[in-house]
Amino acid sequence: MLALKLAFRNLIGARLRTWLNVFVLSLAFVVIIWFKGVLNGWNEQARRDTIAWQIGGGQYWQENYDPYDPFTIDDSHAPLSDLALKAVEQGKMTPMLISQANMYPQGRIQSISLRGVDPNQNIIELPAIHLKIDDGDIPAIIGERTAKNSKLSVGDYVTVRWRDVNGIFDADEVKIVHVFKTDVPTMDLGIVWIPLEKHREMVNMSNEATILTTSPETGFIGKIQGWEFKDHYFLLEEIREMIKTKSLGGYFMFIILMSLAMLAIFDTQVLSIFRRQKEIGTHIALGMTQRQVVALFTVEGAMHSILAAILAAIYGIPLLAYQAKIGWAMPAGTDDFGLTIAEKIYPKYSLGLVLGTTLLVLITTTIVSYLPARRIAKMEPTDAIRGKIQ
Amino acid sequence: MKNGQLITIQNLVKDYPVGRGYFRALEDINLTIGEGEFTGLVGPSGSGKTTLLNIAGSLDVPTKGEAQVLGQSIGTLNARQSAKLRNHHLGFIFQTYNLLPVYNVFENVELPLLLLKMGKDERRKLVDQALEWVGLQDKRKSRPAQLSGGECQRVSIARAMVKSPKIVLADEPTANLDAENSHNILQTMEKLNKDLKTTFIFATHDDKVIQYLHRKITLLDGKVAKDEQIVKQ
Repeated sequence: MLALKLAFRNLIGARLRTWLNVFVLSLAFVVIIWFKGVLNGWNEQARRDTIAWQIGGGQYWQENYDPYDPFTIDDSHAPLSDLALKAVEQGKMTPMLISQANMYPQGRIQSISLRGVDPNQNIIELPAIHLKIDDGDIPAIIGERTAKNSKLSVGDYVTVRWRDVNGIFDADEVKIVHVFKTDVPTMDLGIVWIPLEKHREMVNMSNEATILTTSPETGFIGKIQGWEFKDHYFLLEEIREMIKTKSLGGYFMFIILMSLAMLAIFDTQVLSIFRRQKEIGTHIALGMTQRQVVALFTVEGAMHSILAAILAAIYGIPLLAYQAKIGWAMPAGTDDFGLTIAEKIYPKYSLGLVLGTTLLVLITTTIVSYLPARRIAKMEPTDAIRGKIQ
Repeated sequence: MKNGQLITIQNLVKDYPVGRGYFRALEDINLTIGEGEFTGLVGPSGSGKTTLLNIAGSLDVPTKGEAQVLGQSIGTLNARQSAKLRNHHLGFIFQTYNLLPVYNVFENVELPLLLLKMGKDERRKLVDQALEWVGLQDKRKSRPAQLSGGECQRVSIARAMVKSPKIVLADEPTANLDAENSHNILQTMEKLNKDLKTTFIFATHDDKVIQYLHRKITLLDGKVAKDEQIVKQ
């Protein structure tokens, strides 16, 4: 308690020297918490958007389907079983048929994934309702990224060529009836969405599908022969890995920031031990043991982090709260990275994040403060009083 | 501890290692210092004054012999016991004042009382009293950098006296002061010695200090050359 009191008094008394260190350390606090908050916010938004737009409560994949192997697509289709049909009727899942195709926007050839989706589905947020047009054309919806890449807009016709189940080529024009916006690029990039029944008819795969997406409330409905259920853990693995990679980058930034702050404190401590020898000797003459003086200097160093936490709270809380409210706009072109990322990321802070960061900084600062302070224990008090130690 | 004897030194030797050998700073010292004395260890530089003062202040230990301060053998005390002795019963005044630059006058004087874990009200009362003794009540908020050398040394005296120690050890207290300030300081200490019966022991070679002493112990090459009582007119 005495060490705390004296350390606090020493720090306040040291004025500018203290506040410079405290400011640098508080910056480390705020930036670390902000960066982790951004990653948390991104993670949460990406998970939420992916669930809402793509994976619902989990998906059944036709057993041959492998999204990373285009050669499997031709064989990745199967009729829906009775159990699956019943679930579809009950609105617990929606089928999706995937086939490879080419489209020719403005005479250019472009590989696409042609996907049939039920226009009446409301399990995922894909606006399939726009496909409920019956004017003789094949209606299609595409995402903004695809529209931009292929220079297509609503009302445009584009030729699509595909192969049916027997490998026979056919082609027709589809009409772009809607361009949607999504933060989930895997529902957009290179994908043309058409009505499921039309797609089945085009590829001659009646009652067949590639993926069955369950509603978020349903999830696994039981084992279906020839289909494999993929849960959230599996389907969100990419996002997890991406956040892990970004976190690793964050740790480097964290290490750099902490090193700067710790260097400042270590430097101050080392200088203090040499510059304040008389003070150390005086403390001993007044009745402190050398161990108590070591403790005093260690607490003094460690207290930088407490003052930094207070300072960081003073300007950091309003700053981070404001940022969490208005969000962090991603730079132009970020949506072409192929990552699930919103236009604006709203950082997400938790008590655990703040307490964890504070504890980590406090422990690190204490260690950095203790290392030079150990030298005090080796000082001769009589030399320290006269400031004779070099 | 015999009646009235605060410090008893017998056959004391102090050696410092130098290279493969050693340097003998004190040799065969025998002394007793009683309550209320105003004594000076006098001698040229290197005569062993400060070494003897440090041993009496429990900041150093004898190589051989015995040094008893307030009945405690300095050579046998551990760090904690030694610190406790200094904390409760000894006050120090240094040549260069050794005030803490980031503390103001009040905080500097209050420090020994904080180490004694004294309550806030009592601390304030005792600090005010000590500042009154040295005539610095109006400087309580000033920092050492804002004070003159004489004022700094008076703060140092107040810090040494605030806990009413049995013994005050002063190492060349006037060495950095002009004549006028030296006399002021010495008069203050003499008055405190008279009023509070505090024992003052000086290490000095300053004639201004010597003229105030009631007892002069002259050291030469680490030995007591002369020990004389000075009768004041």
